[in-house]
Amino acid sequence: MSPEKMIMMANQIATFFHSQPGADQAQRVADHLNDFWDPRMRRQLARLMEDGSTGFDPLVTAAFPLVRVPVE
Amino acid sequence: MKDFIIPWDDRDMGTPAKTGAAVTLTIDGFDITVPEGTSVMRAAAEAGISVPKLCATDSVEAFGSCRLCVVEIEGRRGTPASCTTPVAPGMVVHTQSSKVRKIRKGVMELYISDHPLDCLTCAANGDCELQDMAGAVGLRDVRYEPGRNHFEQRAVVGDNPEYIPADCSNPYFTYDPQKCIVCSRCVRACEEVQGTFALTIEGRGFDSRVKAGMAGDDFLSSDCVSCGACVQACPTATLQEKSVIELGTPDRSVVTTCAYCGVGCSFKAEMQGDQLVRMVPHKQGKANRGHSCVKGRFAWGYATHKERILHPMIRDSIEEPWREVSWDEAIGFAANRMRGLQEKYGRRSVGVITSSRCTNEETFLVQKLTRAVFGNNNTDTCARVCHSPTGYGLGQTFGTSAGTQDFDSVEHTDVVIIIGANPTDGHPVFASRLKKRLRAGAKLIVIDPRRTNMVKSAHIKAAHHLALRPGTNVAVVTALAHVIVTEGLADEQYIRERCDWDEFREYAEFVSDPRHAPEAVEELTGVPAAELRAAARLFATGGNGAIYYGLGVTEHSQGSTTVIGIANLAMMTGNVGRTGVGVNPLRGQNNVQGSCDMGSFPHELPGYRHVKLPEVRAIFENAWGVAIDPEPGLRIPNMLDAAVDGSFKGLYCQGEDILQSDPDTKHVAAGLAAMECVIVHDLFLNETANYAHVFLPGSTFLEKNGTFTNAERRINMVRKVMAPMNGYEDWEVTQMLANAMGAGWTYTHPSQIMAEIAATTPSFAGVTYDKIEAMGSVQWPCNDANPDGTPLMHVDGFVRGKGRFIVTEYVPTLEKTGPRFPLLLTTGRILSQYNVGAQTRRTANVVWHDQDVLEIHPHDAETRGVKDGDFIKLASRSGEITLRAQITDRVSPGVVYTTFHHPDTQANVVTTDFSDWATNCPEYKVTAVQVSPSNGPTDWQEEYAEQAARSRRIQAAE
Repeated sequence: MSPEKMIMMANQIATFFHSQPGADQAQRVADHLNDFWDPRMRRQLARLMEDGSTGFDPLVTAAFPLVRVPVE
Repeated sequence: MKDFIIPWDDRDMGTPAKTGAAVTLTIDGFDITVPEGTSVMRAAAEAGISVPKLCATDSVEAFGSCRLCVVEIEGRRGTPASCTTPVAPGMVVHTQSSKVRKIRKGVMELYISDHPLDCLTCAANGDCELQDMAGAVGLRDVRYEPGRNHFEQRAVVGDNPEYIPADCSNPYFTYDPQKCIVCSRCVRACEEVQGTFALTIEGRGFDSRVKAGMAGDDFLSSDCVSCGACVQACPTATLQEKSVIELGTPDRSVVTTCAYCGVGCSFKAEMQGDQLVRMVPHKQGKANRGHSCVKGRFAWGYATHKERILHPMIRDSIEEPWREVSWDEAIGFAANRMRGLQEKYGRRSVGVITSSRCTNEETFLVQKLTRAVFGNNNTDTCARVCHSPTGYGLGQTFGTSAGTQDFDSVEHTDVVIIIGANPTDGHPVFASRLKKRLRAGAKLIVIDPRRTNMVKSAHIKAAHHLALRPGTNVAVVTALAHVIVTEGLADEQYIRERCDWDEFREYAEFVSDPRHAPEAVEELTGVPAAELRAAARLFATGGNGAIYYGLGVTEHSQGSTTVIGIANLAMMTGNVGRTGVGVNPLRGQNNVQGSCDMGSFPHELPGYRHVKLPEVRAIFENAWGVAIDPEPGLRIPNMLDAAVDGSFKGLYCQGEDILQSDPDTKHVAAGLAAMECVIVHDLFLNETANYAHVFLPGSTFLEKNGTFTNAERRINMVRKVMAPMNGYEDWEVTQMLANAMGAGWTYTHPSQIMAEIAATTPSFAGVTYDKIEAMGSVQWPCNDANPDGTPLMHVDGFVRGKGRFIVTEYVPTLEKTGPRFPLLLTTGRILSQYNVGAQTRRTANVVWHDQDVLEIHPHDAETRGVKDGDFIKLASRSGEITLRAQITDRVSPGVVYTTFHHPDTQANVVTTDFSDWATNCPEYKVTAVQVSPSNGPTDWQEEYAEQAARSRRIQAAE
């Protein structure tokens, strides 16, 4: 999918968890991505992160190290 | 029908059942005990004694007009009507005294004196209560001389000037005043059962006639919604199905389940051999209690429509015409292509879409195909685009994705909130049951941008209509919670007992913030603060409160958040876990609930268990002897994106038309066009099939065995009433494809598939075909703890343990109005058409809706120079279409509305690619648009029509 769409979808998830109380928002964003995004989507997310794409919500960036990125 | 062998007691007891203290009386020497309030007629029927009757039937309250059911009661004067006389303790009743026999004979003689005696050629011959009663009372002679009448076409000399011809305007039934005995059963059924009030009796005495609508109306032009309740209630041939007039009376019947909406009505399919004569609602059906709507009752002609495809077809590319081939060749072609794609592009390059129109067993096999044979989790279903946020929202808050109540629960509700649903059109039989409750005094709050029929129609009126701006659901629901919490109306005791108290405190702090007050959000939502406050107070304090919601909640970028907000409202007012309350998603298609239960989603195995859980995978790995991929698969929108990117190449799509039903048609088309093997398994060459390489003919619900699960979690039997015209039931076709890819499946009957479901899925552990046969239907969870199923959920506590309150911050959608696109489009459906219309467009239902129209407010129309019926162009950032305008104040200024039933309109060309944050459920309900006058179809529509025609060519057999 286009980078813009992927960044938008990730940011939508982050926006929801921003509003939640507690201190584990990054973990919860990562859990959501691990639970609902198929491996190729997470791989694309990783590529965007590694390429330094801009526009990600800081919470997505904070969550990314907790996202599991399957190699296959 | 007489002489039918049917599995359930279908007798007409004369008057409705009552509940109350036991009363014992004596009828014809037999003691009988019945509930207080029961009529003498019904008590007699319970004792096995039939009192002759004409105007009484147990679907409507007693009326006492025909005087045929008179009885003698010791100690009472005269001969009271047994239908209107309630039982009393110790009452002694005689139903067959010489006095009442004589009265009945006299009454029948009068009836017959004004009735034609053409029984042999009458459409109701053999199925006529007047005929039966003439026999039952022993009428042998009519002493009245023939005189002036309205039923003989010709008088002694020339035409009869008083003759009244039949009204044949309705496509499905006729009204023939010749045969009418003015019992008012039709009028009462229209009022009491359906709640439309379209019928009345006009005139007096011999001139009394049934009348539909106003002066000058016929049945078609009146308010009649063709639910069939009047036809069902009519004791003669006055209101008669045209199919019976044409074919004659049926000789056998099979109880089965309707394949239209998520209400899941039970019907008797009445047959002659393998010819379906009519569908009649089944009185013992627990979802519909003997009622029906125009779709289930009448719109089944698509099953034998000439456009049905009965032979498999293949082609190498979508530029070529279709080629009819044998099943073997088609299945072999499909299997080779799919395996080839996986070898070339990887295991995860193919997937399936399961059908929410097919049975549980068929759906289970399709997801098993991808998990056990393809080796990935790329399975999704149309619930993605309708109720996937329900799965997320109710799963997070309550612990399971299901409506909490059965439909009977509505009879005990005091305050109803309907949010984002239009039940009179989408779920008509439920709407009738709800309207009946509203007429009995329950209060209603409607939250909807449109003034739906629930807001105000015959004898019902919502206490509050919150006509919000599309896209502001979360703000409105949160403001309702604000009022309940800040005014101290929350049920603290319930929350402390049932829910996580700390989470509630956090939530209460959140909603109490003044920025969530109705006054603060009024400008944003367009809902007057005072009205919103009054609605919140009513819901919190009005007794049993129930929430029913539909796709107007889910199909938003914050769909999941609104579902959570609804669950919060129900929990904070103590409205979950008993009769008359609850949270009830109104499911769109017949088996949306079932397809979700069966593991159609890419992240969860059957029974809503995530694929990441090793203990769950182990169950299926043991049962199937394969390894299950632990990673979630692609959802439908992700499949299309991946197809455009080149990593998703093959799709098996059963019973769903994603090209027409899914948003942003151009994007869907691009995704399909990029795939190298699209297998469409359907009844018709639908729009998706324009991009398919393999077409596998499907079977209708009349042609297969299996089960559907309705919105109440009720598992209903679907029974085969005729052989599949295409040769195979759909589960057999999936099995052939799986086996061609090496699966080695050996199912010979769907009951074996259900046994596999029960063995692997705890909430179905106790479900067997034998149990469904014995009980009529069963609601899951059905297991050792609940062997007879579960009508009400969360009775002793929530499934997840403590109910969970989750903060619901409003986030505006990214779809914004502006100077170029100043109006908001919202989409929906209407009564006579269903979903993409593939079925209903192939029936006479098109007389009510032959094209999609755009509803627009008079102010918006005037400023654009648009008149009623004009062709207009509807444009958004995604695309543009033309359709005709309908000017109405049902929609607010700034809001326009249309349906998506017709492929030549393609409303989804206009809708956008935005979706729910949690589930990717598309945001169908909010699109910024502009409307302008137009001369005809857009270029896109013309190109589409041309491509579709080219793609549907079928090469002549050699």
